[in-house]
Amino acid sequence: MKAVVTVVGKDKSGIIARVTEYLAKKGANVEDISQTVLQNYFAMIMLVETGSMQIGELRKGAEELGKSIGVDISIQHEDVFSAMHRI
Amino acid sequence: MINFNKNEILETVRMLDNENLDVRTVTMALSLFDCVGRTADETAELAYNKIRSRAGKLVAVGEEIAEQYGVPIVNKRVSVTPVSLLGAKTGGYVKIAEALDKAANEIGIDFIGGYTALVHKGMSPFELEFINSIPEAIAKTQKVCSSVNVGSTRSGINMDAVRLMGEKIKELSALTASADGLGCAKFVVFCNAVEDNPFMAGAFTGVGEGDAIINVGVSGPGAVSCALKKLGKGADLLAVAEEIKRTAFKITRVGQLVAAEAAKRLGATFGIVDLSLAPTPKVGDSVAQILEEMGLESVGAPGTTACLAILNDAVKKGGVMASSSVGGLSGAFIPVSEDEGMIRAVRKGALTIEKLEAMTCVCSVGLDMLAVPGDTSAETISAIIADECAIGMINNKTTAVRIIPAPGKKVGDEVEFGGLLGTAPVMPVNSFSANEFIRRGGRVPAPIHSLKN
Repeated sequence: MKAVVTVVGKDKSGIIARVTEYLAKKGANVEDISQTVLQNYFAMIMLVETGSMQIGELRKGAEELGKSIGVDISIQHEDVFSAMHRI
Repeated sequence: MINFNKNEILETVRMLDNENLDVRTVTMALSLFDCVGRTADETAELAYNKIRSRAGKLVAVGEEIAEQYGVPIVNKRVSVTPVSLLGAKTGGYVKIAEALDKAANEIGIDFIGGYTALVHKGMSPFELEFINSIPEAIAKTQKVCSSVNVGSTRSGINMDAVRLMGEKIKELSALTASADGLGCAKFVVFCNAVEDNPFMAGAFTGVGEGDAIINVGVSGPGAVSCALKKLGKGADLLAVAEEIKRTAFKITRVGQLVAAEAAKRLGATFGIVDLSLAPTPKVGDSVAQILEEMGLESVGAPGTTACLAILNDAVKKGGVMASSSVGGLSGAFIPVSEDEGMIRAVRKGALTIEKLEAMTCVCSVGLDMLAVPGDTSAETISAIIADECAIGMINNKTTAVRIIPAPGKKVGDEVEFGGLLGTAPVMPVNSFSANEFIRRGGRVPAPIHSLKN
């Protein structure tokens, strides 16, 4: 299934590396990525294919990783965004 | 490629992570007509078996869906055919209530509704027996919720039933006095009750429904008040209504997504999404806060009814397009004890029963979860119910009363129910009597359907 990963927090070096390393380890494939830094505020959005991984498990690990880096990481099923923003 | 722009994505994440957007309840409505046995024991056993087998996976499926979409599902519930009808021949109602409770506890749901009678025009002897069993049935069970429909726009108000309701509420309060009258939080009196309501305490499976239906109640007052905050104080009311519509649309789409998925996984029929904005006692998840965000110093101030009317209408307009089937109560809820902002307003004297009554004219559902002094008479409670029924009957809408005469408590005291039921400051009741009016009994005739003014 496809999921949207968002990473938001104060900018520092190595955020993308740590997040993508985690996703790769879990067998998730990054299909698209966009990232901006505005006034030291980091925001990254990725579309990933989660493969055989359960999204709940992927989310749990990501939240722990977020805590250790000091950013908020959220993983949501693509369907939620389609439901809310597309008619 | 990502099909959404950055703002859309961040808005969704914010609504879920910071603004308490959730699904308040996934409720499975079950018909138990095929469980009527020759004795109450047999009916109880058949009902227990059907709930176990049909709704056994409800909690697990609810949790799976919550995990998959990252959307919390706060409650999982079951509603059943009005129990008064199941025991019409056999009686033994409390046994049936205990079987429902046992099944509810074993499958792990939060509440089971449908300990219900529909007596808006008249009452059969078996219905009288049923109503008399309500206090005992609720006091003896943990999760059973009860409701009685005493009036409708088509048939008027059954004032004999209204009179009984005051007495039963007092009995129920006395039977659950050690828990501050908590039993009364699981009992609601309706005018124009709906048959597909997923919310408690008033959920039951109407006789015109199917066998197993999934009805979902959305929540999300926090998301609406945050949207209004961002809109700013200078925006005019058309802009305010538009913003509420947009937000209600998004909230409802999440409800629709969850409802369709739950129905599919449980092999049930998708019924309705209920568009009600349901608050929780959590800070930031309050309907009162939305009204205050619209420009009131406190909910209860002059202007409250107008703000609530705008909110209620905009929620419906936004929600209707977001779901393939809308039903239930659909409107903003104003339960006092379950809404942090309402509690605050009562504490500082800004919100009274009279103002709440006016508010119920423009929103769903009625005087909900308010505590009154323990010495409030049964007749006065019946008279409060009669007032709410009159509003519902004349205005062709659902109204309800869920009132807790808190044993031994007086104005200024507080009653703590805990969890979603929250905290209720005891509110003053007008002390003049309606005893003679209530004792008349009989029926309020159905209102005229033309010459509306």
